Amino acid sequence: MTLTAAEKSCLASTFEKIAPKAEQYGSELFQRMFLGFPQTRTYFAHVDTSANSPQLSAHGAKIIASLGKAIKNVDNMSAALSDLSDLHAQSIRVDPSNFKYISHCLLVLLAAHLKADFTPQVQIAWDKFLAAVSAVLTEKYR
Amino acid sequence: MVNLEAAEKQTITSFWASVDPAAQGENALQRLLYCYPWSRRYFAKFGDLSTISAIRKNSHVRAHGHKVLSAVGDCIGHLGDIKGHLAQLSKLHCETLHVDPANFCLLGNTIVVVLASHFGAKFTPEVQAAFQKLVAEVAAGLSRKYH
Repeated sequence: MTLTAAEKSCLASTFEKIAPKAEQYGSELFQRMFLGFPQTRTYFAHVDTSANSPQLSAHGAKIIASLGKAIKNVDNMSAALSDLSDLHAQSIRVDPSNFKYISHCLLVLLAAHLKADFTPQVQIAWDKFLAAVSAVLTEKYR
Repeated sequence: MVNLEAAEKQTITSFWASVDPAAQGENALQRLLYCYPWSRRYFAKFGDLSTISAIRKNSHVRAHGHKVLSAVGDCIGHLGDIKGHLAQLSKLHCETLHVDPANFCLLGNTIVVVLASHFGAKFTPEVQAAFQKLVAEVAAGLSRKYH
């Protein structure tokens, strides 16, 4: 799957809007995922998953920062995210089916905050990008 | 499969009162056809769906989006038995339309995205969760009579 130049540019400009609120949006991302897809909580049994949890907002901010890194290195994501791929394969071991839940919840989050600016073109750019990130994060599973 | 609690039913019903099935239905179907182009396989009769502007101008898309979202609205009037309510539509989608049920999840999630962009910050994680259950139940109802 390849991203067009317009799509890459769209990712970067959307990201600029969400990066300043990484903790708030990171926390919201988790709430959307846990409430919409409760089975995803099983990976966070050791964490305070309540709405105002500082652990979750810190972790959510990390995820958003990693997405920013992926966008900056969108033509070379395997290399840029190699450490994260290792981590997911050896330690976190999230079942691959779960990546579509977090990806969908990120699209919903973007839609809720960008409203009419979350056009079909913005949606397809993010949907393609998140599918590519998910593939990279699971590529060393076996 | 999924049980809607009383509070969730109320959330769904009250938010749906502010949904325009024509406008949001058209929006949802446009996004499905644009973002997930393989879904166009079911709409050969609609004509040109090759670009976003062709999709936007297509009157079949407008009409059909309205029809589909109105049908979802009808399910909201039968929250106690969505599966029973959808039995005939399920047979239609299997025997006549030959739609892969994977598409029901795709459209359901697209409807959730459209609702989020329509309602903005009011579409909280709790509201999203209620609608995720609704679209999951609709997808289950539509695939139940497949054989």
